[in-house]
Amino acid sequence: MKKMISLAMAAVMALSLAACGSSSSSTSTTAAATTAAAAETEAAAEADAAETEAASAEGTFKIGVIGPLTGAAAAYGIGVAHGAELAASEINAAGGINGFQVEVNCQDDEHDPEKSVNAYNTLKDWGAQMIVGSVTSKPCIAVVAETSADNMFQITPSGSAVECISGDNAFRVCFSDPSQGKASAQYISENKLAENIGIIYDSSTEYSSGIREAFVTEAQNLGLNIVAEEAFTADNATDFSVQLDKMKEAGADLVFLPFYYQEASIVLKQASDKEYAPIFFGVDGMDGILTVDNFDTSLAEGVMLLTPFSTTEEGSQQFTADYVAAYGEEPNQFSADSYDAVYAIKAAIEKAGVTADMSYSDICDALKVAMTEISIDGLTGDNMTWDASGETGKTPKAVKIVNGVYEMQ
Amino acid sequence: MSFLSYLINGISLGSIYAIIALGYTMVYGIAKMLNFAHGDIIMVGAFAIFTMVSTLGFPPIAGVLFAVVFCTILGVTIERVAYRPLRGTSKLAVLITAIGVSYLLQNLALLIFGSNSHQFTSVVTLPNLKLADGALTISSVTIVTIVSCVVIIIALMMFINKTKVGQAMLAVSEDTGAATLMGIDVNRTIAITFAIGSALAAIAGALLCSAYPSLTPYTGSMPGIKAFVAAVFGGIGSIPGAFIGGVLLGVIENLSKAYISSQLSDAIVFSVLIIVLLVRPTGILGRQINEKV
Repeated sequence: MKKMISLAMAAVMALSLAACGSSSSSTSTTAAATTAAAAETEAAAEADAAETEAASAEGTFKIGVIGPLTGAAAAYGIGVAHGAELAASEINAAGGINGFQVEVNCQDDEHDPEKSVNAYNTLKDWGAQMIVGSVTSKPCIAVVAETSADNMFQITPSGSAVECISGDNAFRVCFSDPSQGKASAQYISENKLAENIGIIYDSSTEYSSGIREAFVTEAQNLGLNIVAEEAFTADNATDFSVQLDKMKEAGADLVFLPFYYQEASIVLKQASDKEYAPIFFGVDGMDGILTVDNFDTSLAEGVMLLTPFSTTEEGSQQFTADYVAAYGEEPNQFSADSYDAVYAIKAAIEKAGVTADMSYSDICDALKVAMTEISIDGLTGDNMTWDASGETGKTPKAVKIVNGVYEMQ
Repeated sequence: MSFLSYLINGISLGSIYAIIALGYTMVYGIAKMLNFAHGDIIMVGAFAIFTMVSTLGFPPIAGVLFAVVFCTILGVTIERVAYRPLRGTSKLAVLITAIGVSYLLQNLALLIFGSNSHQFTSVVTLPNLKLADGALTISSVTIVTIVSCVVIIIALMMFINKTKVGQAMLAVSEDTGAATLMGIDVNRTIAITFAIGSALAAIAGALLCSAYPSLTPYTGSMPGIKAFVAAVFGGIGSIPGAFIGGVLLGVIENLSKAYISSQLSDAIVFSVLIIVLLVRPTGILGRQINEKV
């Protein structure tokens, strides 16, 4: 059945390519391509595509969104798609950007770099002038190579690998992997959380060792005292008793855990077996610890983690309520990142005075300057600014797990 | 004091390796095949307990008993369906089948339970042991693991040396052809070996996941490989060898993590293995088998 669909899709794609030469038929063929792509996702996405088609008139800004709408990372991609749609409908209801309405078109990349590039090409055919995406790091790295060559403005809500914004056309809303380390050290120092800090990290992933490296550098700058540092690798990620003994012995009263919640859940269990209770401090990989099947949430009591967004925090309650009303589920940090990405685009467009009839390359040239001049108060941080490399500067926020729920600090 | 703690944790980890290694070593000794699916039987056992205890709400001891019965049946079925028809054909064919079974079990678990990790509720509910005014805390799981390992080894040695079935196993491992001539049912003996090995795997699964509570469809593969190394280390085919190999492996792993480098521990463990095998190619307690002409 799947084969049939892909065959049919290939046929439609081929048709649309063949028809690209004649301008009169181009609108209808892109419509067919969009519908075919949407058919594979969901009925809801299809309705959205139809909506976009209907609104397709002269003088609209077209924002393409790329993310995994199906597959294992679908929760992230759907969060991003919904966040962007919600932001766009709010903006349109309030009169648009510089008087122009905004159109959003979400394409599925199934968390696959190749499909992500295909999705980008589909969006380009559709006439996208700006890209919000890709959601996950590897596909984002693949897409940024294309957008950079095309000079298409791109802002990724959540691609955290350093290379995700390697072009000067690319920006991001989330912290990069290394800057999470830096932000964690700053947060710990500013809030005077601990005297003696221990670190356990996964030396076999770039994510974890990158964060650890930045954390250590920044901790030294800030005069934090790191008393113990232990590593593990993917092959022995089940036993942390030695590492925890070393932390305990060194007298660490805060242990930094820059890795994913699956390993972290074991660390918490083993620490509780040893009756060792420092403050455990995680980064975005820790987000999800409370969703581990059968996890005893009392183990995570008092765990702190750096996360940009919490549904309960002041300022995001309105967004959460609107989001639940529109989509029937709670937003996650990806929805918030993407919502902020669309508002960042809005602010930059207003700053640069861009109009919807400009080509995407001209828009990109204007926006990449304007991005470095704006400052917005978003869901994921106050006073968000960007530098020319595309990195965001915002105050890090942390949550503490209290009674099994996140509590904003 | 911390040295003691590292040592005890190492012995406990090693005890789990030893229990798993027993399954490898018995099957190798008797059927002369490497059962690479053994590590995944541990995972199946752990999921059986997880389903019984956490999902259906049975007491832990019932969960463990169920897992032992379930894995025993599974082990015997795998032997009957996947290995017995290939006995007598090329050794490589059985090895590849074993790898196939391993993937089959992993993917079935993936299909049923998904790839997310499940938090395993410890089957040991005793309080932790505190020594020297709380300077040394030994978790109850650690103690139960070490004690179970010792009990299992002693029981197994007695079973093999004192019972008729055990003697039959020895005979089959010594010389399959001669054993058949003496009226021993070789197929039945091998099936019993698989049954015992799989039952032990279920117990290993319970202990492994009680100590390291994250359960995924791949939980069994790395401990399975380490236990295989332990079996070779101690001398494959030898039951005391599996025990010594397992415990040594666990202790070396933990001490090198503590005193040399936490990321190099695997490299050190495997270097020691290479050195031991260079000096004693049959492992610590392995027997030198002279080819008779």
